[in-house]
Amino acid sequence: MASLDDLKKRIVSVKSTQKITKAMKMVAAAKLRRAQESAEKGRPYSEKMNNIILNLSNGISDTENSPKLLSGTGNDKVHLCVVMTSDRGLCGGFNSNIIKKAKSYFSKILDEGKEIKIITVGSKGNDQLKRVFGEKIIENISFKESKNANYFDADKVGKIVIEKFESGEFDVCTIFYNQFKNVITQIPQAQQIIPLNNEKDENSSEESYEFEPDEDEILSNLLPKNISTQIFKAMLENSASEQGSRMSAMDNATRNAGEMVDKLTIEYNRSRQAAITKELIEIISGAESL
Amino acid sequence: MNEEFSVEIVNPEKSFLSKEDVMEVVIPAFEGEMGILKDHISIISFLKPGIIKIFTKSTEEKFYVEDGIVEFKNNNLSILTSSIFNLRDLKKDKLKELLEKAEEDLNKDSNNDQFKYLVDQKIEVLKSIN
Repeated sequence: MASLDDLKKRIVSVKSTQKITKAMKMVAAAKLRRAQESAEKGRPYSEKMNNIILNLSNGISDTENSPKLLSGTGNDKVHLCVVMTSDRGLCGGFNSNIIKKAKSYFSKILDEGKEIKIITVGSKGNDQLKRVFGEKIIENISFKESKNANYFDADKVGKIVIEKFESGEFDVCTIFYNQFKNVITQIPQAQQIIPLNNEKDENSSEESYEFEPDEDEILSNLLPKNISTQIFKAMLENSASEQGSRMSAMDNATRNAGEMVDKLTIEYNRSRQAAITKELIEIISGAESL
Repeated sequence: MNEEFSVEIVNPEKSFLSKEDVMEVVIPAFEGEMGILKDHISIISFLKPGIIKIFTKSTEEKFYVEDGIVEFKNNNLSILTSSIFNLRDLKKDKLKELLEKAEEDLNKDSNNDQFKYLVDQKIEVLKSIN
């Protein structure tokens, strides 16, 4: 059995760990509120963008000549996967959920005899993927310096994706991120952004628009923007998810530490009492033997 | 008769502005300035760098935009833009910063003509604000 001193030391160390996790939980909660707010505020933009593109693609008469970003290259040999994770750890299953989802997608694509290329956003994803898919990773982007998800960063990623698409490096692009549902549930998502597969809305009004300049020009200008927007949306969802996941992970850790302290304290008191009893018995039996 | 319609300006971070009682909006569309009144035909267009003017019965507000998309439908005007500033809040030094950035862009020779044209526009508009 551990000595009294050892037990005491352990109790102290668990308590200080608990303090750290508690503080992290509090910080995550504060950040979560902000991240959630900006995720909600960012939604109208991407929704409107989607709407406009939907209306536009309905309006396009000549599908043969529509921009490649919308209709694809006609092949699906090379898949580009943008895996978006966090830069920091200690957030429960947040990163591993995305990685798991991405890995199962990778093996599905590879089984079909197609090629994959990977861009990782966030250092944690890169760390986990480079062991198995190291040679497939063509780019690793990390925004450690920026405090909050911002459009400028998303635009950078978007530009890289578009550049690679235009030079014909891939045919299909999918982004992986965690969708924020609530604090305890985040759903890993795989969303295809190139080519854009808009499900045709049945009840979308067949209203005709006036376009200025013409549809094709608007579309070819709009689609790259849409890619950045989708990536930005994913980043916002991701940062809300990250904080939510961290908050619940740290909450669990704090509770577990509390339980551990209780258990150790009981053990400490028991062995202290046992020591006292033993001493008493020794004194009494010593006195009796006289 | 009611001559008012609603306008909403959103940027990626948030809903920038939303108004219900707008009489007229003038936007710097790609092919020239465009005034929009109630019951305009449904339209989708682009913005080039310029000034958006929003008129209500009693007020007039001006915004500087660099790019964006405009959709007008059912008397709802939506403007999607990634860079917008209220002229009232646009300080001198910020203005200078934007201008310097634009001039820097202009001097890069890697850009195509359309880009140069847009940057030219931008500089012109920024100078006119001063």
